[in-house]
Amino acid sequence: MKTSRPARWSLRVVALGYLIALLGTPVVLILWRTFEPGLGTFLASVKTPAAISALNLSLLIVAIVVPLNVIFGVVTALALVRGRFRGRGLLQAVVDLPFAVSPVVVGVSLILLWGAGGWFGALDRAGFKVIFGLPGMVLATLFVTLPFVVREVEPVLHEIGTDQEQAAATLGANGWQTFWRITLPALRWGLTYGVVLTVARALGEFGAVIMVSSGFAGVSQTLTLLVHARYVDDQNTYGAYAAATLLMGLAVLTLLLMSVLNRKRRTT
Amino acid sequence: MITVTGAHKSYGTFKALDGVSVDIPAGSLTALLGPSGSGKSTLLRSIAGLEDLDGGSVVINGKDVTGIPPQQRGIGFVFQHYAAFKHMTVRDNVAFGLTIRKRPKAEIARKVDELLEIVGLDGFQHRYPAQLSGGQRQRMALARALAVDPEVLLLDEPFGALDAQVRADLRRWLRRLHDEVHVTTVLVTHDQEEALDVADRIAVLNKGRIEQIGDPEVLYDRPANDFVMSFLGQVAHVNGRLVRPHDIVLTRDRNEAYAADAAVKGSPGVITARVDRVVRLGFEVRVELTADSSEQLEVQVTRAAAEALALDPGETVYARAAHTPDAWETDPALAI
Ligand SMILES: Nc1ncnc2c1ncn2[C@@H]1O[C@H](COP(=O)(O)OP(=O)(O)OP(=O)(O)O)[C@@H](O)[C@H]1O
Ligand SMILES: [Mg+2]
Repeated sequence: MKTSRPARWSLRVVALGYLIALLGTPVVLILWRTFEPGLGTFLASVKTPAAISALNLSLLIVAIVVPLNVIFGVVTALALVRGRFRGRGLLQAVVDLPFAVSPVVVGVSLILLWGAGGWFGALDRAGFKVIFGLPGMVLATLFVTLPFVVREVEPVLHEIGTDQEQAAATLGANGWQTFWRITLPALRWGLTYGVVLTVARALGEFGAVIMVSSGFAGVSQTLTLLVHARYVDDQNTYGAYAAATLLMGLAVLTLLLMSVLNRKRRTT
Repeated sequence: MITVTGAHKSYGTFKALDGVSVDIPAGSLTALLGPSGSGKSTLLRSIAGLEDLDGGSVVINGKDVTGIPPQQRGIGFVFQHYAAFKHMTVRDNVAFGLTIRKRPKAEIARKVDELLEIVGLDGFQHRYPAQLSGGQRQRMALARALAVDPEVLLLDEPFGALDAQVRADLRRWLRRLHDEVHVTTVLVTHDQEEALDVADRIAVLNKGRIEQIGDPEVLYDRPANDFVMSFLGQVAHVNGRLVRPHDIVLTRDRNEAYAADAAVKGSPGVITARVDRVVRLGFEVRVELTADSSEQLEVQVTRAAAEALALDPGETVYARAAHTPDAWETDPALAI
């Protein structure tokens, strides 16, 4: 369909206006509020012990969740694409569950499972804190980020088929060699996207994590929890802005990394 | 030497291979020829170990490899759609089998360069498969398969995805390569022209069974049955029987036709036909006829014969078989 010039322009203006109103304004507003008092104030606010601990905790969770999701994601995608087993349809649905279930519900169900009165409560009573400890936050983040790697790797697996792997087999490569030298390299871009999405989501997760964290500043606060605590509990509005900006900076960094990799992908 | 004995393979209730036995002589280039779905790929992949047989055995150079994985069968396999390792350069693709075998770097480099020269890809070492044409990709795949010095080379419609000209060039090239390297080769194709062009033996498959196996000339001149006859080369129907279009003689004189036909043992008889069209195709002439029985047939005659007959559309001629396939003479049952 050919659209006339004015029509095209007004479409663009509407689309752009919508984006600016919904996404642009809040982001700009936070940036403006953050840097209004000067860079020094911002740095001071994100260098408090509580903020540094929150940053470290967020990055630690990412560092644990990403490798686990990569392994689980690749194995699951392989099973879904190549496997011929009963219950494949069920597995498909389960993988999408985190998209459908609210993070708060995830948090609640983790408490029901691992909390002092839950199914695995014995662990808690024996002194190994899952809920209100790091393991709980990792579990919650794992749950909400589970689909990303699977769903990015799956279409790539479909696309590459099994020809290359069979060729490797006829050339003498065993299963393990074929996986490392052929399958995994062929999956690398899908995997990269999956990891980037996982990192972004893990950094930003709030609803599930707040349910299972004890929320002590400097101990069990992630960056999102810090933003929330500063704003709601401490009435420290500026501190919340600063922490939010830090969080946003990490997300932007991840996105930049992705577009750099993306450009590299097109040239090879 | 490859010996397949009583190979059976079913997918559900469908029999893809139904008791196939073939001997492929050492050093030969054998074509597996048959229509789509006849089980050619299944047979080839079973020889390679990419498919497990439900019954029967595969022996390669005296070693029973039934149930042994493809890694240990000493084979080279070339796929229809190249199966190039997309993330590796041409050099790394060709070197793959040697790298897996942990050969010394210098030896690998020498062998890869040598092979790339043989397949005409010298200077393409550092390209990626995406930067090659289809024909070049397939030659790379051939070099990759040859790099590990396979005992047998198995090719599954290697030129199927290429256009006609490249196809013809590559199969001549394959023939020359085979004459130099002499590795026992099995080539799957559904193109009879390709089989006749490159192979020194042809096995015709149909519905999971071998219909006939032998030299191309034998299959063409002495087909074991109508299926082989019509699959390999052109045929015309004379009184319901199959005759090669160039084996049909046309005569204007009725008595002469019947007299000559009486001398041909087991002949299908004479048919009276009307000329529909006369098409000159360079050195030969195609005459299109409609028989009394309203059966259509096409006959090939030489230019000289066509000029002597001076046929025009609408005229009546008498057609008979100059000779019949030998099989009919030796086995009267086939002639009925
Ligand atoms: N994995 C499979 N599952 C079910 N049926 C299969 C499978 N592989 C092959 N078949 C069937 O087995 C029969 C033989 O297949 P095969 O691939 O050997 O045919 P082919 O002679 O190579 O045909 P083509 O010229 O089309 O490649 C076909 O009817 C096909 O549908
Ligand atoms: Mg096939």
